[in-house]
Amino acid sequence: MEIGAYSFGDTQLNPDGSQRETSEAVRNLFEAIVHADVAGLDYFGIGEHHTTSMPASSPGAIVAAAAAATKQIKLGSAASIISTDDPVRVFQQFATADAISGGGRIEITAGRGSSVETFPLFGYDLGDYDELYAQKLDLLMTINNSAAPEVTWSGSRRPAIADLAVVPRPASGRLPIWLATGGNAGSSARAGQLGLPVSFGIIGGAPHRFAPLAELYRRSAAQAGHAGPEIQVSVAALGLVAPTKQEALERFYPGWRNLNVEMGRLRGWPAPDKRAFLAQADAPGAYYVGDPDEVAERIVHLHGHLGHMRHFLQTDIGGLPHEHLLESITLLAAEVKPRVTRLLSRK
Amino acid sequence: MELGVIGILGAGRVGTAVARQALKAGYRVRIATAKSADEIALLAEIITPGAEAVDAAEAAAADLVVVAVPLHKYRTLRPDLLAGRTVVDAMNYWAQTDGVIADFDDDARGSSEVIQEFLAGARLVKSLNHIGYRELEVDGREAGSADRRALALASDDDDAKAKVAGFIDRLGYDPIDAGPLSAGRLFQPGTAIFNAAHTAEQLRGLLAEANEPALP
Ligand SMILES: NC(=O)c1ccc[n+]([C@@H]2O[C@H](COP(=O)([O-])OP(=O)(O)OC[C@H]3O[C@@H](n4cnc5c(N)ncnc54)[C@H](OP(=O)(O)O)[C@@H]3O)[C@@H](O)[C@H]2O)c1
Repeated sequence: MEIGAYSFGDTQLNPDGSQRETSEAVRNLFEAIVHADVAGLDYFGIGEHHTTSMPASSPGAIVAAAAAATKQIKLGSAASIISTDDPVRVFQQFATADAISGGGRIEITAGRGSSVETFPLFGYDLGDYDELYAQKLDLLMTINNSAAPEVTWSGSRRPAIADLAVVPRPASGRLPIWLATGGNAGSSARAGQLGLPVSFGIIGGAPHRFAPLAELYRRSAAQAGHAGPEIQVSVAALGLVAPTKQEALERFYPGWRNLNVEMGRLRGWPAPDKRAFLAQADAPGAYYVGDPDEVAERIVHLHGHLGHMRHFLQTDIGGLPHEHLLESITLLAAEVKPRVTRLLSRK
Repeated sequence: MELGVIGILGAGRVGTAVARQALKAGYRVRIATAKSADEIALLAEIITPGAEAVDAAEAAAADLVVVAVPLHKYRTLRPDLLAGRTVVDAMNYWAQTDGVIADFDDDARGSSEVIQEFLAGARLVKSLNHIGYRELEVDGREAGSADRRALALASDDDDAKAKVAGFIDRLGYDPIDAGPLSAGRLFQPGTAIFNAAHTAEQLRGLLAEANEPALP
């Protein structure tokens, strides 16, 4: 089982609660990835996000920079909002990072995104939500699956491409392309039908609720004739590891609260409730907040339901002090991962 | 007593949760999307075991139809199929998550009033919109439980409203009549009712408060 992290960028806060620079958040993110590589983490994902509190708007640029500065860690987007981007450009950026990395550790995860801010930002029509996603994904897969650099594609939501080169080609011919979903059954079935690996974003409720979705994914893949190593499941979830459970709760809660207050203000929700947080922070809740033993056990428990091959955590939200992110990454790599490996080998 | 057939349009998070909860309550359930029945057969088998995957026309012909499609797709619903039917509108307009949709943003009416205008012949009841899809299968309780959660209903058709009230009750919630369809505005996103879970008494209180004429 691979253990990893993901981030949307996390703008730090001043003592008075005001936001610091978004550029600092990007530098922190870069530093965290390099740190994760040294610590021995398996994977780091950068999620496209366009807010001042979460400013990782350009996963391709961060992945390229990190590709040059790291040696072993797999890097990817988590996710790229493919509906409102140009798949040619997304592919080129990640294939470029793949070349810089030495090849074989760069991935793309395509998603719709849970909010719709990229539509006005890039000038797309929300009424086209489904068509854009389907067609852009189709183009991305067409480029990736092409045996030659020259690509031919046509659709109604983007100008056609007639036998034009899309370069560079990835070192190993293709990049892993994952499909991200937040638990919509249709999306899980679609990932299977397309033969793409699926990444479940589980941000609330009991994670093992996703077991039927994983089954739907696998059976949809089998029905469409897709077998083999690409049919696999990963899980993205919220969490933080600290030396003790108490420290983990104390470190994660303020940022969780800040993020929920901000979203509540935007969306007209009431202030978040600490009981709701605590309910999610213990098994079988969605937040992997705890000491290394607990987090490892909960990952292994979920594995019994989903059979996933990668579990990765978003830790830096709501202005989490940077050192807490770094320590959580250290513990994930040095303490959680060996425990997960040991527990799984006993099964 | 033989319970009726529930038709569900939309097999997303809300549609599948309503389907499972209705099956648990003893209803027969038909579920549909804009795709053909065989395209969602496997989905229904695994995600809503016991529900029958059907075409939208067949789901629309059920005794009670729940519409749970993304709001921006409401124009892909078929008014002819829903004419004369008792239809629960579980959809919400929430610009902050769904983006701005002019049909709803430029209109002072509640989203269900706009839907009713489009589904002109349907006997529309707004309900099931102010409970999270994950909560729906967890918060339900036996009738009479002290902590039973309440859900509001708004409709201009009293018979349809009574029918949906019976359905809500069987799903495990106290149905509370909020009044005509326009009263659906009182439990849309952004309102106190939308933002939290309430018992029948609390919900009645909030509705009364919202209905009180503003003091000069
Ligand atoms: N999230 C919540 O907790 C919550 C709670 C209460 C109410 N709501 C509201 O419920 C609605 C649905 O939300 P959701 O999260 O369930 O959406 P979702 O997961 O995106 O699912 C939407 C479903 O509708 C189907 N669909 C689209 N057009 C259709 C048509 N013309 N006829 C039949 N089916 C159609 C889709 O399938 P195809 O595209 O394959 O046809 C899909 O199965 C929204 O308006 C939302 O605001 C949400």
